Amino acid sequence: MSLVFAGVLSHAPGITGRAERADPTLRDAFYASLDRMRLELEAARPDALVVIGAEHFANFFMNNMPSLCVGMADAYEGPIEDVEWLRIARTRVPGAAELSQRLIAEMMHEVDLAYAQEWRFDHGIMVPLNFLTPRYDLPVIPVNINCQGPPLIPLARCWAFGRALRRACDAAAERIAVVGTGGISHWPATPDSGKINEAWDRAFLEKFLANRRDELLAYTDEETYRDAGQGGFEIRTFIALAGCTEGSRSELWFYAPIPIFAVGCTVAVVRIEPLITD
Amino acid sequence: MSLYHLQKLIYQLNRDPAVRRQYEQNFEELLAGYELTAEERGAIREPDIGLLYVMGVNGQLLMHYAALRGFEWDAYLEAMREGERRHGPVRTGLYKRAGGTS
Repeated sequence: MSLVFAGVLSHAPGITGRAERADPTLRDAFYASLDRMRLELEAARPDALVVIGAEHFANFFMNNMPSLCVGMADAYEGPIEDVEWLRIARTRVPGAAELSQRLIAEMMHEVDLAYAQEWRFDHGIMVPLNFLTPRYDLPVIPVNINCQGPPLIPLARCWAFGRALRRACDAAAERIAVVGTGGISHWPATPDSGKINEAWDRAFLEKFLANRRDELLAYTDEETYRDAGQGGFEIRTFIALAGCTEGSRSELWFYAPIPIFAVGCTVAVVRIEPLITD
Repeated sequence: MSLYHLQKLIYQLNRDPAVRRQYEQNFEELLAGYELTAEERGAIREPDIGLLYVMGVNGQLLMHYAALRGFEWDAYLEAMREGERRHGPVRTGLYKRAGGTS
């Protein structure tokens, strides 16, 4: 079994960019959970970290929008945003091109993927890395799920992608960590920024933590848009991670709405069980 | 399709240093390279962040353009609210289906 770590965490740019405006008690507890996640990730001794994210028009636009794309470069750069705005220094992030290529080739037996040998990370990946690999010394393999420009990939296909990723990880000799990063309910970059549907988030998290596939895949985009905002479409990253860890339960280490971060801030770690194959 | 070109301009402005230089050196020449309506050209030139939001520009693009044009976070949010008050609900795009915001 070469999947050695899995979890989910938030990535909103306010987490770093507007840090001083948050309730310090909540913020520091959130940061402490992220640091605990870093320690557990390091203890798993991964050779590479797959980050399943939902970027925001940094690399992908509606002229050529992949539903799913996997990075296949030796190195990446980020953040693409103004460093003063995000408050994360621009840096070079190591990749794992050869491992990426093997994972992609293996996954292509089950899912259609795009790949990219150029990729500049936005806050969707840089905020997680800022907390999980602050020395940028762990090779990263980015994955993007289009959660911005409809039509969006159906949730069942996100689950199928997650399963394909798991099988590819299990077929590799390397020790691989995977995190999913997205918002649950949120209305980022709208006049409703800061609005968070905590009840909806907690109901979603209950399903996620128990890895209840059918209930997770029952959400419709219409319901999600109504109850969880356009940012809620990013549940695709959680669902892909749940597919990757099918049959495994997760522990919720942190959840709290932090309005100035514009999201219910979340940290959860999966207790990985072997994948039951068909 | 005009919204597509408006968003593409902002996308390229956000990510491409060469486009950013052209914006700084000759904004009108840059604008001429995109198929924009007069209203769109005016909104991006001014800038009228609220009108751009009402036109349907995705917030993940618009928030960086607002920052480029000197809008602090709270001013950016208020500009969108003012846009809805002055120009009505979002006309098209991802934010239209909500039928306006709370």
